[in-house]
Amino acid sequence: MRRVAIVGAGMTKFVRRAHETAKELTFEASRLALESCGMKRQDLGCVVHGTAPDAFDGFHMKGEFLLDGSGGFGKPYMRCYVGGGTGVFAPIHGFLHVASGLFDTCLVVCEEKMSSCQPHPQGAFISIFDHTTERPLGPNLLWIFALEMNRYMSVHGIKLEDIARVSVKNKGNALDHPSAQLGEKLTVEQVLQSEIMAWPVHRLMVSPTSDGAAAVILAAEGVAEKLTDKPVWIQGVGWNLDTAYWTNRDLYYPEYVEKAARMAYGMAGIREPSKEINFAEPYDPFAYKELHHMEGLLLCGKGEAPRLTADGVTARTGNLPTCPSGGLLGVGNPIAAAGMMKVCELFWQCRGEAGKRQIPGPPKRGVAQAWGDLMQVGTVLVVGSEKPKT
Amino acid sequence: MSQPSQTPGTALRAEDFSSGRVITVRDRLFTRYAWDAGVAIGRYLAGLRRGVILGSRCPKCDRTVVPVRSFCERCFSALVDEVPLTDRGTVNTFSVTYVTWDMKKLEKPLIPAVIEIEGASKGCGILHLLDPDLDPKTVKVGMRVRAVWKGTRSREGAITDIRHFARLEEGAGA
Repeated sequence: MRRVAIVGAGMTKFVRRAHETAKELTFEASRLALESCGMKRQDLGCVVHGTAPDAFDGFHMKGEFLLDGSGGFGKPYMRCYVGGGTGVFAPIHGFLHVASGLFDTCLVVCEEKMSSCQPHPQGAFISIFDHTTERPLGPNLLWIFALEMNRYMSVHGIKLEDIARVSVKNKGNALDHPSAQLGEKLTVEQVLQSEIMAWPVHRLMVSPTSDGAAAVILAAEGVAEKLTDKPVWIQGVGWNLDTAYWTNRDLYYPEYVEKAARMAYGMAGIREPSKEINFAEPYDPFAYKELHHMEGLLLCGKGEAPRLTADGVTARTGNLPTCPSGGLLGVGNPIAAAGMMKVCELFWQCRGEAGKRQIPGPPKRGVAQAWGDLMQVGTVLVVGSEKPKT
Repeated sequence: MSQPSQTPGTALRAEDFSSGRVITVRDRLFTRYAWDAGVAIGRYLAGLRRGVILGSRCPKCDRTVVPVRSFCERCFSALVDEVPLTDRGTVNTFSVTYVTWDMKKLEKPLIPAVIEIEGASKGCGILHLLDPDLDPKTVKVGMRVRAVWKGTRSREGAITDIRHFARLEEGAGA
């Protein structure tokens, strides 16, 4: 396999409802990513597009629908999709395209326009549940994540305050992100006093629904160095799915995230993740998910993530900053674009270009992770300023 | 080149629509489906109609799973025989939810739960609802529950043939 680097990145604002269409948002993110490394659409070897359920747009063949905004016509083009895990799954596909030697460069763009689905995009999620054994009970994502959160809290004896601290940190971090939808200075008390939507989930522990797009440009070794003097190398990739029989497994721990992380770390030669990784962008659509995923990513032991958060270890100034971007809780959650926003953050942080959000250093190595489907997919990407050995 | 401080993307506000500045096209998609329950879930639903919760036994993995399935996803062998389980269980996890599937508010909350079914292997359960008249404050992980069935005549071979799961009073139904 050839070594592959990220050489450019770009993203739109994340907003509750955008004037721009899905195609226009996709174009804007792609254009910014191309401009950031001085490339033109004509230069691209291939294009990978990531977008989540067609039901949001009410448009089938969404990959084809968004082809032109993605700069993909007349080129080898693919759309890939694993629900919320898509934003990190798509750059993994881009990596494979380039690492294989088939292409020298790849534009990877992820987009979501959720607001088209009325009256609330949440309604579209009914169609992810089993049509015979689950849908007649009327479930939605808030329910099942509340079930997972309660299981996680019950097994480890975690308190609501522990979870609320993640909302405070991430929404605070997002105040420094120029694309953020919900940056806000909050207290733990304000989070705990917010409306209970599906106990133990409170309103301020949930990311918003959003419209937005984000993109990166990947290039092979030899090409990357000509496009930028600061390539950020992809050191490891991993992905894994657990069984869709989600009521037959223990939700307190995301084993599939651990498996995906082990795959990526093995490739990157990482033996002690908590020491060898400088910062992380774990997937945080709900506040507890950041903690759950830090554990799955082996950045701490099972049940230990709340203590790291309370001790400030995961703050931007701490030893292991998590979601310095502001995460999905703060920047917003246009499903596939949200995961890609995390990959963009790794790129900007490792190059020392994250502005007010910059982690001192700049950090040498970061991990981004996304998650989705029926609480069953983990997608992991490890990047750093050092070129991987193999 | 750093991330630009001004990024594209225009947030819309309510007045953008009321003033007619922004044009929106509204539509409704109608699609109808008839989902065949299939071989395994067909048996499961027939069991529910009789008032029995059925699982599948995988002799190779020494595991009894619920609901019934045609194959073991772990060892990938075909599963032929379904086994009757009890209609009692233990709350593995639960929520007290004030929103419906399409985000309408509920005054009286629903209590969805994962219920581990007695007779299945540990950790194997189903999604269902707990008795809506339970005081949510008294619901605990580990609480024992039993299925409350619809009357025989109104059962139709559906997951909703179980109305909900109610608290199993100690000493009863064991």
